[in-house]
Amino acid sequence: MAAPILRWVGPGKRWALAWVDSSSSHRRVSPNGSASHRMREQRSVAQQSLHTAPKPRKGGHKWAAVVGLEVHAQISSNSKLFSGSQVSFAAPPNSLVSFFDASLPGTLPVLNRRCVEAAVMTGLALNCHINKKSLFDRKHYFYADLPAGYQITQQRLPIAVRGSLTYGVFVGNKRSHMATKTVRIKQIQLEQDSGKSLHDDLRSQTLIDLNRAGVGLLEMVLEPDLSCGEEAATVVRELQLILQALGTSKANMAEGQLRVDANISVHQPGEPLGIRTEVKNLNSIRFLARAIDHEIQRQISELESGGVILNETRSFDHRLGCTVPMRDKEGKQDYRFMPEPNLPPLVLYDTASLPVGVEPQQVINIDQIRDTLPELPRVTRERLVREYGMLPEHSFTLLNEVGLLQFFQSVMKETRAEPKKVTSWVLNVLLGYLKQHNLAVNESPITPSALAGLLDLLDSKAISSSAAKEVFEELWKGKAKTAAQIVSEKQLELMQDQEALEHLCQATMEGHPQVVTDMKTGNPKAINKLIGLVRKATLNRADPAVIKNILERLSA
Amino acid sequence: MLGRTLREVSVALKQGQITPTELCRKCLSVIQKTKFLNAYITVSYEVALKQAEESEKRYKKGQSLGELDGIPVAVKDNFSTAGIETTCASNMLKGYIPPFNATVVQKLLDQGAVLMGKTNLDEFAMGSGSTDGAFGPVKNPWSYSKQYREQRRLRSPGERRGADEDWLIAGGSSGGSAAAVAAATCFAALGSDTGGSTRNPAAHCGLVGFKPSYGLVSRYGLIPLVNSMDVPGILTRCVDDAATVLGVLAGHDPKDSTTVQDPVKPFVLPSLTDVSKLCVGIPKEYLVPELSSEVRSLWSKAAGLFESAGAKVIDVSLPHTSYSIVCYHVLCTSEVASNMARFDGLEYGHRCDINESTEAMYAATRREGFNDVVRGRILSGNFFLLKENYENYFIKAQKVRRLIANDFVNVFNSGVDVVLTPTTLSEAVPFLEFIKEDNRTRSAQDDIFTQAANMAGVPAVSVPAGLSPQGLPIGLQFIAPAFGDQKLLTVAKWFEKQIQFPVTQLQELTEDCPSGFENDNSASVFLKQC
Repeated sequence: MAAPILRWVGPGKRWALAWVDSSSSHRRVSPNGSASHRMREQRSVAQQSLHTAPKPRKGGHKWAAVVGLEVHAQISSNSKLFSGSQVSFAAPPNSLVSFFDASLPGTLPVLNRRCVEAAVMTGLALNCHINKKSLFDRKHYFYADLPAGYQITQQRLPIAVRGSLTYGVFVGNKRSHMATKTVRIKQIQLEQDSGKSLHDDLRSQTLIDLNRAGVGLLEMVLEPDLSCGEEAATVVRELQLILQALGTSKANMAEGQLRVDANISVHQPGEPLGIRTEVKNLNSIRFLARAIDHEIQRQISELESGGVILNETRSFDHRLGCTVPMRDKEGKQDYRFMPEPNLPPLVLYDTASLPVGVEPQQVINIDQIRDTLPELPRVTRERLVREYGMLPEHSFTLLNEVGLLQFFQSVMKETRAEPKKVTSWVLNVLLGYLKQHNLAVNESPITPSALAGLLDLLDSKAISSSAAKEVFEELWKGKAKTAAQIVSEKQLELMQDQEALEHLCQATMEGHPQVVTDMKTGNPKAINKLIGLVRKATLNRADPAVIKNILERLSA
Repeated sequence: MLGRTLREVSVALKQGQITPTELCRKCLSVIQKTKFLNAYITVSYEVALKQAEESEKRYKKGQSLGELDGIPVAVKDNFSTAGIETTCASNMLKGYIPPFNATVVQKLLDQGAVLMGKTNLDEFAMGSGSTDGAFGPVKNPWSYSKQYREQRRLRSPGERRGADEDWLIAGGSSGGSAAAVAAATCFAALGSDTGGSTRNPAAHCGLVGFKPSYGLVSRYGLIPLVNSMDVPGILTRCVDDAATVLGVLAGHDPKDSTTVQDPVKPFVLPSLTDVSKLCVGIPKEYLVPELSSEVRSLWSKAAGLFESAGAKVIDVSLPHTSYSIVCYHVLCTSEVASNMARFDGLEYGHRCDINESTEAMYAATRREGFNDVVRGRILSGNFFLLKENYENYFIKAQKVRRLIANDFVNVFNSGVDVVLTPTTLSEAVPFLEFIKEDNRTRSAQDDIFTQAANMAGVPAVSVPAGLSPQGLPIGLQFIAPAFGDQKLLTVAKWFEKQIQFPVTQLQELTEDCPSGFENDNSASVFLKQC
């Protein structure tokens, strides 16, 4: 796909398209990460089995790994951080570029209120201290997709500092027990995204798309409180859920709305921290976990074989499953930070400090934003456990799958079935089918109402649970039939005729005297065998509990 | 007509003594005749005539937009003008046509002003002589004035020099704008003022050069030198004209977050008759050994003028003045290094032919596009911004800047209304003498009286104070507290009235022109059009 760059040509007074001819033939990634590989929509991770933390080598020392994350989240906003250009994914190249975004000389940044509010919301949700005064700085580096030659960021005094994020990890062999952990958030800063570079090595060209240039980012710097890939993956997943709940970012890693860099080092417990490397290009949660674990293992092997760790930037090659040094990141970059002179300090207020008589649209009130924060994922999970008596791990799964919680809640609204039954059907049956067919929740052929109808039939004991499975399979085929229609067409209703059932039981007992004798002598398996035989005779249309009752009565 | 002030010609337009198109043609004709001054980089003939015709229609309908309607103005070539090449006198931006107007340009056009063209400057406004641009130096119109020529003949009667050998610099970096107004090619011009770039050429060309308070006038579209000090400047023939233009330009601009939100009141200057309640401060640090005796005597004469009219004139101290130059050097070059980073040959402007790698292309483009002065400042600026140097240079310079700003606050808090200083060390010097020193040394010398006002963000205005014995204009500077622009101009207006400064004698200017001028074919072509 050609991504031509804007170029003002001659006196023709037209924006024309021109190529950025030739470029360095090697690949580079700008500091805020521009590489993005296409991937399918990401799926849950927390419940999946990830690579486990590094194990000490045989006969070797114990190693401890220290992992810190830097997360860039693209802010969901209509326009860019400092210009009026629209923000939209996958628009035609260079179609969303204002004069400011193209760095035309004389243009000036104007701060987008929505982006500031998003930063405050995110900061509050992550228990940060919101700085009532924050500053903007210029970070300089030459790169083709950074038209001004600098990025406006918040290096000295960011908008939010000193927060924390609580996440749950599974412990124990069966992964059934949840433990709560916390990672500290160092700071959250507002900054500009860069454009995108596409390197065409064959023709020795670089194509630039500035649509993304200037989009608002939240850079979240996490303290190095993590110790393995799975923890990092869980934290990023939780962060993703928080951002999505707040609506401050779509946080879709495949679309580059969430980008993660990891700082990794290993050391012997009791010793000072080791030299760290930075791993970039982590564009899915799965790769993030794999890359971190690989890098920890690589550092341990390196040190154990007498090598040294270099303070370098590496990227994760997901095909090879290992991290490799990034050639361009060799040598030290001096970003020559400087205060951004065109933006006065960003001043926020709370209800106590709000100046008298000021127009509400001219100021941002932190307290007001705090009051309108939506329910955060942790609270939602606690509520699910409390309201529905759900297991904590079930609440995690419901939130981790995009759209699953909503599906669950829709079913709950329409059915009389017990929450536990609904949870079990949604998580075990529906989710199983979805995974098997590699479908997202919103692609499910079974609607929440269809499932609710089915569960109602089950709840009123109109059908047996095995019949319910059959109905589910029919519903999955998506022939626009309701559960009730399928039940009546296939004659799957439970036999309600007590007398007929008694006859069948009688006949079965008579046909199998030895089993009856066994039952009477107290063999517990015998009655189950009889129940099975009766059910078979009813074509699975009888409730085993009812059969059991009759059998017990008849043999008494 | 052309030698009149903006207000006078505005009245003439209103009364029908002259039409906007007649006025525009007259000015275009003078531009053509004074081409040798090199005041303009681009003359916008068609645009100007079209605007004048539209203005004329409005006048005929009695729907004039106001005092600026139909008034020829010029704009320094570092303000973006939609559809008109904007070069900053740099090879880097040759051929660059902005797709938008700077806010100040738009405001002038919205008032019906007629844009004559874009004026010459030092490359990216880095200089104090208007001698270091890609389009050659600007010549001071006073070089050809009757007053100066007579004095030269009297002083060295034996020498018979060609008229064009000993021409004077116009000052800078807004020398083109100053020359354009002084040579009567327009009635007002926009300059930019970062360390004195509007006031310095105004002083050398016998004009009023006004630097408003930082934040009062939008910088949107002004191609920056030092964002934290740049202010659009106004060059006019009298203080009232400067106030008129300021009234149009001032006010909050949503596109420039550093403009103040407070609504701006119209700038009408009262005619001060009583200065007895006025307190004028004379900063002792400004009495430097390099100050020429002519300027010094006019400065003390001016102080005497205020005193004899009943004003309180006192010595004041701005103790950190001497650190201003070195502090400015660090802050200016640092911002320059940053601001110039965007000129990489990718999106607009010059691009070299080298294409081995992006880095090689950047390097060659910037080598070819910028002159030595710009490259030198980029180099020092990047040095000051290095992590290891930032604390020692940039942070310290910022602290010194605060001290300099506080100097002014302290003086004004002590009851001083305005500070009176020289604008320049001496009158304009001949080009051949000026270029003996390099740009950096010259800028450091020439900016010493003007720079501090930019550091502090306070308004300052240079007003012609008289002619030197050589017959050249000398300006004095008034400085007022931040956003005391109206008060500043009111005092300047009173002073201007006492001085009765002569205008350049235009007759002499066009008659005593350099030899190359008569052979200029384009001039005759143009004259036929008229």
